[in-house]
Amino acid sequence: MLLISCPWCGPRPELEFSYGGEAHIVRVADPAAVSDAAWAAFLHARSNPKGIHRERWRHTHGCARFFNAVRDTTTDVISTTYKQGEVPP
Amino acid sequence: MNGSFRLPTGGRIDRAYPLRFTFNGRAYDGCAGDTLASALLANGVHLIGRSFKYHRPRGILSAGSDEPSALVTIVRDDARRTPNQRAPQVELYEGLQAESQNHFPSLGFDIGVVNDFLSPLLPAGFYYKTFKWPAWAWHRIYEPLIRRAAGLGRAPTQPDPDRYVQRYAHCDVLVIGAGSAGLAAASQAVSAGARVLLCDEHPTIDAPFAATERVTLLSRTTAFGCYPYNMVGLAERLTDHLASPNPAHARERLWQVRAKEIVLATGALERPLVFPGNDRPGIMLSGAALTYLQRYAVLPGRRIAIVTSHDAAYRTADALREAGAEIAAVIDVRKGATITATGGRARVAWIRLGSGDVISCDTVLMCGGFTPSVHLFSQARGQLRFDPACQAFIPAAPLPGLRAVGACAGDFASEFGSGGTLGALDARGKAFVDFQNDVTAKDIALAVREGFRSIEHIKRYTTTGMATDQGKTANINALGIAADALALAPEQVGLTTFRAPFTPVTFGTFAGAARGVLFDPVRETPLHERAVARGAVFEDVGQWRRAHYFPRRGETQRDAVARECRTVRTEVGLFDGSTLGKIEVVGPDAAEFLDRMYVNTFRTLAVGRCRYGIMLREDGFVLDDGVIGRLAPDRFHVTTTTGGAARVLAMMEDYRQTEWPELDVWLTSVTEQWAVIGVQGPRAREVLTPLTDINLTLPHMSVATGQAGGAPARLFRVSFTGELGYEINVPPDAAGAVWDAIVSRGATPYGTEAMHVLRAEKGYIIAGQEADGTATPDDLGLTWAIGKSKRDFVGKRSLSLPALAASGRKQLVGLLTEDARTQLDDGTQLVDDPHQPVPMRVLGHVTSAYFSVALNRPIALAMLANGRARMDERLYVPMADCAIAVQVVSPVFYDPQGTRLHG
Repeated sequence: MLLISCPWCGPRPELEFSYGGEAHIVRVADPAAVSDAAWAAFLHARSNPKGIHRERWRHTHGCARFFNAVRDTTTDVISTTYKQGEVPP
Repeated sequence: MNGSFRLPTGGRIDRAYPLRFTFNGRAYDGCAGDTLASALLANGVHLIGRSFKYHRPRGILSAGSDEPSALVTIVRDDARRTPNQRAPQVELYEGLQAESQNHFPSLGFDIGVVNDFLSPLLPAGFYYKTFKWPAWAWHRIYEPLIRRAAGLGRAPTQPDPDRYVQRYAHCDVLVIGAGSAGLAAASQAVSAGARVLLCDEHPTIDAPFAATERVTLLSRTTAFGCYPYNMVGLAERLTDHLASPNPAHARERLWQVRAKEIVLATGALERPLVFPGNDRPGIMLSGAALTYLQRYAVLPGRRIAIVTSHDAAYRTADALREAGAEIAAVIDVRKGATITATGGRARVAWIRLGSGDVISCDTVLMCGGFTPSVHLFSQARGQLRFDPACQAFIPAAPLPGLRAVGACAGDFASEFGSGGTLGALDARGKAFVDFQNDVTAKDIALAVREGFRSIEHIKRYTTTGMATDQGKTANINALGIAADALALAPEQVGLTTFRAPFTPVTFGTFAGAARGVLFDPVRETPLHERAVARGAVFEDVGQWRRAHYFPRRGETQRDAVARECRTVRTEVGLFDGSTLGKIEVVGPDAAEFLDRMYVNTFRTLAVGRCRYGIMLREDGFVLDDGVIGRLAPDRFHVTTTTGGAARVLAMMEDYRQTEWPELDVWLTSVTEQWAVIGVQGPRAREVLTPLTDINLTLPHMSVATGQAGGAPARLFRVSFTGELGYEINVPPDAAGAVWDAIVSRGATPYGTEAMHVLRAEKGYIIAGQEADGTATPDDLGLTWAIGKSKRDFVGKRSLSLPALAASGRKQLVGLLTEDARTQLDDGTQLVDDPHQPVPMRVLGHVTSAYFSVALNRPIALAMLANGRARMDERLYVPMADCAIAVQVVSPVFYDPQGTRLHG
């Protein structure tokens, strides 16, 4: 079980959290202005890297806030977590 | 007493406490402090079981958790038969009953031994090669036969009556293993004032410090898995060693320990040597013999031959000689001696040396060196390196917060001396590598010859290391043989992955209290007892228990549902809708937020009015629906489907927090704060009038607050039946009294089945049935709900993607069977020509099918390609023996003008 450090609550066991997919996928302000291909990429295309991955977690059974984490997908080591809206490290 | 192989003095047993036990029904004596293995050896019993594949006689190889051969079933009663217990780990108690496994009809005479003589036909991968044709025979004949012939103990057939508990723990230092290295590490940590947890799989821990608030000692506790972030799983055996455990006490305890530092002091396992006939009872590891002698005061035999490639065996030889055994020979393979055969039926009786000499003996001890127990280190993803000095893989470097000490780190030369081999001394004949899965040196060489190169593939093809002991004694020799066959160095071949658990852990330990009613929470509504009292039949809807229908004496389900439907259409029914998800959306930007989340427009919704809301996923498909009422300019009462409540709130929170943090709005689940009573039918207003101060003439799709039955209430005028209807929300504590008052005024309860029939008659969709995650609002005929002037909402952009805007998509329609009698089944398919060849061109499928009381005939809803353009067409539902003719009609079967609704 991962030990995840919620930026609001501190380290907590993984079972308090839910996973939220890749972070920093921006929903454009005016979806009508983007092409079909760009919109489809927003909906479905994810980087799925082997290595460093910036991803969203939600402390569902705690403060219920979304935040971001930097996890190495090969080792599961989360090097850092940061609040929603903060600049990614 | 105590058998003829027990020494008069010495050992850590208590001769003052004799114990009686049985093995295969025969009584034996042992004493306190014995294990089943030591007590059997003390009685001269070496034949313990039959092997997995060839049914060869097997004895006791080791003195610990690495035992591959001496597996027994421990029987307490019918429900407490624990199979595959390792005899060296089973602590003796008064009256213990043990049974051997995998033989028929008896341990001494086993028909399955024919497999041993047929073994030239049963090489590695034999079932892949042999049992290929005919294909049907695999499931019916070959697999059942193989499974019966090759097996371990049988699982108990009754539910486990014992109790299991679980707990979490945190510590500064977790030390695994209480040998000398572990005790040294733990002592150091205790002296430094750290919070220490020390565990060991043996019954006792001889710690030079006491357990305190900060120091926990866990004996009979196996560290079975090492997980990310220094989490270790421990299985503590609490009562298996007791003669008559108190059934109220837990049998085992699962510990999930998060440690700042983990010290692995798990020691090293002695390696067997691989030579022909190395598996007979009476052949054991040299270190095991030393343990039986020193700890249990048992001589494994009287005339003992020792085969070794390591200095450690000489220590065993000296100790045994001193204790009175005759050492017939010490065959040190490093000096060119070797062993080419063994003999004896149920017990080894002689060995043949490379020189041709035959030596008679009753015991053979072997020592091929030591393999550090790096299982947990490797599970923690630590890197290993091959150490030529000890001929084994050892930890290359500590991990952050995790280090190996003592023999686990390869540090055993000072205690045991040097030496060690890996691979086979002599691979001819039956030279066993994996005793538990009956894998020989030849099998591994064959796998390489047949083209397997990776050690992981060789493992899977030969099954070496895949038994319940996970190859503790086998893997390193298998690696050596594979390396020889591949002409590679051991470090180039590498090890197979170590996986948890280190030794098998019971299902009970993992399940803990999560059994029966505690397996998954059951949610009951505040009106549950009322429904029980009315004799309701319940159905599970997610975690909720909902009243399905309310049969009266002698009524079938169909009778009851028909009566309930008729009551709602002609009189008045009441319905427990408390499971509906409810979310209160509050704040200055509440309307703006809902405008972005739902397809509808809420900015323009007047206070006191409701709107039927549809929520899409961002990909444009309908996720959920529900009625939303505006209680104040900045306060909305949002309802969701029963099953969608958590999903909808999670999605709302996601957008609120991550996409639109600038919106000033709060979301609160109030599902359990409001019980909901639906009152539906032409008499609904008349029944409710005396019970509330709210003016019931409010228009359809309105909401008002006030009192009902003396409790604060939110009253919605809404209908999911097509009749005049209200939904009264009251606090849960008040719900029973309000329900009773409505019943006393003549309303009849109806269940979820009648609710479904009534809504289908009106063509109202169900999220999850008609809206199955691939339907757009237009597919469902709900385009009218979309706010035309809205620039954006979740899912809007996707609706104009080519695939979602294309013509020919499946659309919601109604179906009537032409014979007006046949009821369709959910999920059946629609075709235009029932005589076309299979696979037919499918045009759509049935999503809901019921018998309609109002129409007195079966009805169905369906999703049909281009359905709205196919009104009145005849289609067919192909079944196994016929094709049912159906007519495509509007999905609204009853009161299409909606006049009853506004009554």
